[in-house]
Amino acid sequence: MLGFFNILGIWLGALFTFAIFSFLYKDNPFYKTAEHIFVGLSAGYWFIYTIYSILIPNLYNPLTSNISKNWILLIPAILGIMMLLRLIPKFDWISRYPIALIIGTTSGVFLLRYLKSDVINQLTATLINPFSSGDWVEVVGKFMLIFGTLTGVIYFYFSKKHTGTFGATAKIGIYFLMISFGAAFGYTAMARISLLIGRLQFLLGDWLGLISP
Amino acid sequence: MKRKLPLVITFSIGVLLIISEFIPHKPFGTLSGELEEWFLIISGFAIILGQLSLFKVNLFKVRFKQKDWQFSIVTLISFVIMVGFGLLWGTENSSGIFGNGSSIIQLIGDKPFDYLFHNVYQHLQATMFSLLAFFIASAAYRAFIGRTIESNLLLIAAVLVMLGNTTLGGFLTSWLPESLKFLHLPELKQFIMTYPTTAGQRAIMIGTGLGIIGSSLRIILGIERSYLGGK
Repeated sequence: MLGFFNILGIWLGALFTFAIFSFLYKDNPFYKTAEHIFVGLSAGYWFIYTIYSILIPNLYNPLTSNISKNWILLIPAILGIMMLLRLIPKFDWISRYPIALIIGTTSGVFLLRYLKSDVINQLTATLINPFSSGDWVEVVGKFMLIFGTLTGVIYFYFSKKHTGTFGATAKIGIYFLMISFGAAFGYTAMARISLLIGRLQFLLGDWLGLISP
Repeated sequence: MKRKLPLVITFSIGVLLIISEFIPHKPFGTLSGELEEWFLIISGFAIILGQLSLFKVNLFKVRFKQKDWQFSIVTLISFVIMVGFGLLWGTENSSGIFGNGSSIIQLIGDKPFDYLFHNVYQHLQATMFSLLAFFIASAAYRAFIGRTIESNLLLIAAVLVMLGNTTLGGFLTSWLPESLKFLHLPELKQFIMTYPTTAGQRAIMIGTGLGIIGSSLRIILGIERSYLGGK
């Protein structure tokens, strides 16, 4: 029986792989079915993951093990239930309170966290001595790093019209951003192709047994 | 009350958390950690709300026979099966209502939830993303037509990074003398990644960082209130 379920699993994988790849021809019912199964399973997976990895260890276990010590957790529990009331149109306004708490927490935490990590730390790492190394390639690179970061930031300043010297500086910033996007594009393309190779390996190896997996 | 109290909550919590960063003493010192724990629990409920909302939308589609309602049945069934399996027999690291599912593991080799995850979900996900390899190729064709300096830079950076990551890239420039080592494709790729790419990414990070700071301030001060809904 175990062997049967192993083979069934491989066939299911192959079937769904073909169903998704059929989209390369055109949109069709096989693709749509596989797509909707993916959506359903994905939602189900995250539902279960949330219960077992977030709610049970952080809420259910502390409350059931020692409620007198952890009673404060009843507040987020009630706020969470208030959040679920969004599903009932008549009471959806109640969900604004937990949303307000989440938004307030996020804003308060993010304001200082991003100021530190994304602004101050990045500026500190950028404003370096370009001549600290004897290697001329590194010196050129460090100049590019300083110049590219500053011109890139200037490009993101939209309160002033991008004309004259300011516009020319912003234009150089765009060039650096384009190099960055190109590199990101290259890595994304490679990651997708590696996934495609993985799929072909599954079909030719696990499913057909033509190559050793 | 329905709109003002949430604004007061957002303002108070936001200001309190900012103040608590500068006061290490109790109760301010532990406030941030405590509220982040609450945040985790409430966001857990928010994720569940999202899944239930998806269920509701699909249920409505089936009930009112909207366009492609048949596929919504597929979504509903797969959602119910995945949730049902997870609740009844648990997952790899947790037990469900029926316990650890040892008898069913003997039968199918895995817990039903994990069986579906490994044999259906993972394959669907990997194939869905690998499908993008084909579309990215057509996107590349359009993006890489070198009409402007910007698109040329994008093209050159992408090609150098891709070639520099492969053995072919190393092979193509292996004949270069030591004095031109920096033009060796893997070295060139490393240079692009370390300097100009980092510069671009830093500019984006600083830009988004400043944007987030601005948005946070607007939210705390009640200028931005779209999260409360339109009513």
